[in-house]
Amino acid sequence: MKVLVAVKRVVDYNVKVRAKADGSNVDLNNVKMAINPFCEIAVEEAVRLKEAGTATEVIAVSVGDKSCQEQIRTALALGADRGIQVETDGPVEPLVVAKLLKGVVDKEQPQLVILGKQSIDGDNNQTGQMLGALANMPQGTFASEIAVDGDKLNVTREVDGGLQTVSLNLPAIVTTDLRLNEPRYASLPNIMKAKKKQLDVYTPQDLGVSVTTHLTQIKVEPPAERKAGIKVADVEQLVDKLKNEAKVI
Amino acid sequence: MSTLVIAEHDNSSLKVATLNAVAAAQAMGADIDILVAGANCGGAAEQAAKIPGVGKVLVADNAVYEHQLAENVSLLIADVGAAYDNIVAPATSNCKNSMPRVAALLDVAQISEITSVESADTFKRPIYAGNVIATVQSSDAKKVITVRTTAFDAAPAEGGSATVEAVSAVHDAGISSFVGEEVAVSDRPELTSAKIVISGGRGMQNGENFKLLDGIADKLGAAIGASRAAVDAGFVPNDMQVGQTGKIVAPDLYIAVGISGAIQHLAGMKDSKVIVAINKDEDAPIFQVADYGLVADLFNALPELEAKL
Ligand SMILES: Cc1cc2nc3c(=O)[nH]c(=O)nc-3n(C[C@H](O)[C@H](O)[C@H](O)COP(=O)(O)OP(=O)(O)OC[C@H]3O[C@@H](n4cnc5c(N)ncnc54)[C@H](O)[C@@H]3O)c2cc1C
Repeated sequence: MKVLVAVKRVVDYNVKVRAKADGSNVDLNNVKMAINPFCEIAVEEAVRLKEAGTATEVIAVSVGDKSCQEQIRTALALGADRGIQVETDGPVEPLVVAKLLKGVVDKEQPQLVILGKQSIDGDNNQTGQMLGALANMPQGTFASEIAVDGDKLNVTREVDGGLQTVSLNLPAIVTTDLRLNEPRYASLPNIMKAKKKQLDVYTPQDLGVSVTTHLTQIKVEPPAERKAGIKVADVEQLVDKLKNEAKVI
Repeated sequence: MSTLVIAEHDNSSLKVATLNAVAAAQAMGADIDILVAGANCGGAAEQAAKIPGVGKVLVADNAVYEHQLAENVSLLIADVGAAYDNIVAPATSNCKNSMPRVAALLDVAQISEITSVESADTFKRPIYAGNVIATVQSSDAKKVITVRTTAFDAAPAEGGSATVEAVSAVHDAGISSFVGEEVAVSDRPELTSAKIVISGGRGMQNGENFKLLDGIADKLGAAIGASRAAVDAGFVPNDMQVGQTGKIVAPDLYIAVGISGAIQHLAGMKDSKVIVAINKDEDAPIFQVADYGLVADLFNALPELEAKL
């Protein structure tokens, strides 16, 4: 089966992002960019399906300006077969990403679409589910294990109470949680090979989608600062402080 | 203006998260109805009807909603929600699963995990693991919103008498089914609503050592949490993970044991009222957010702490 994997270019997870002093936006000058960690897990899962003989082709798709081709190349270096960039002027809202992905799904007819459960910039946790609704496909979100079973897919999901397993008709959507797998590192030869793999570019018009705006970011600000606390000398002092100063026990 | 609040429940009873969502809905200033979707969920509906200020409780009681399958529930919410200006749900794993589908079905944006209501169309929400708070304004006529439960004090649970109405529409997408679940059973309070939380990290070394937290949790009536490293290493199950991608907690007291304080962990607990860190590395970043830091080997400190409580 054909597997489509969505990847997003985001700030590297080690970067502590700050708001600009004028509150107009976050300061992304000269920060390191990377593939969203959850998308990397999605790519790894798709590549494993291919290695297991379950998937026949893995296509990596990203929505964004030209710079996101770097993350598509990363996915290709990890083992995806070809890439698709849907070209937009900078970031677009999850609903629009989902519509654009729906356009790609209509063109490519994958049996499985794997996405990260959230991107670590917007922390929205929406795109996979929205694509599910638009494409009328079932979804296994927050997946920690997936298994293809004939024309169905069993997905074990990380939920508030523990784990839940659902059975989905294919074609289906999966969004990854952290424990689905541990992504490999791309080898140098694979990074070189990735440069030659096919990468097609579509515009939203090609996919029949109009890029709409539903939300306006009015300002950004730092969160309330916690004031620095103290170091206690020993357990006894800790218990005393908690009882008599903080009064929380 | 009218708001439909989606109830989080286990069919027999309502979860506190529903009350947090009601509080957020009240801040939006519209009339509130509640939708309870489930199977044999009369118990939950009855409790919802007691929440003061609720007009109607709509109950969709059918086997197709039993396990909150997003494919079915989202069709129901989009259908019932069509008559409302706002659809508001707590950011629980069930609602995170179904609400974006609702938004897409209605062709509107979802505003995820709001932490404050600035006006009828403007909200605050954390982005970048809570390192930045964004203020966003929605231009959609209908708003689909999930609520960070720790940011809104629970609305009162008792005192109201809403009318209860059955919803007869049955939405079965027929594309997914429930297979099974592994639910952790515990006598302890729920992580997300506990007044005190004690969490262990990689420093605990193994799952067996988490027992060192048990006695303390018993004495304090605390819930037990963990860092991602502790969950990934298999010390404890995933439902204990606190952080950007785990559970968000804001108890009166949070005790972090053998946890370094990565951005992603802090994102899940830094709104706690009082934070205690126990770590043998005096430079661990967790001390930058701790009100009380104890530089010590946890294997000495924990037994002593249990004894002194
Ligand atoms: C996309 C993404 C999402 C993530 N989401 C989350 C999340 O939701 N939650 C989360 O927690 N993490 C998350 N992480 C992981 C996070 O970056 C850190 O790796 C993780 O929090 C580290 O866990 P830790 O503090 O237990 O381990 P470590 O960083 O290894 O720290 C262990 C600490 O224990 C101390 N220690 C060791 N032995 C002792 C002893 N005997 N006595 C006292 N102290 C001791 C050490 O000094 C050290 O400070 C995420 C990462 C990514 C990339």
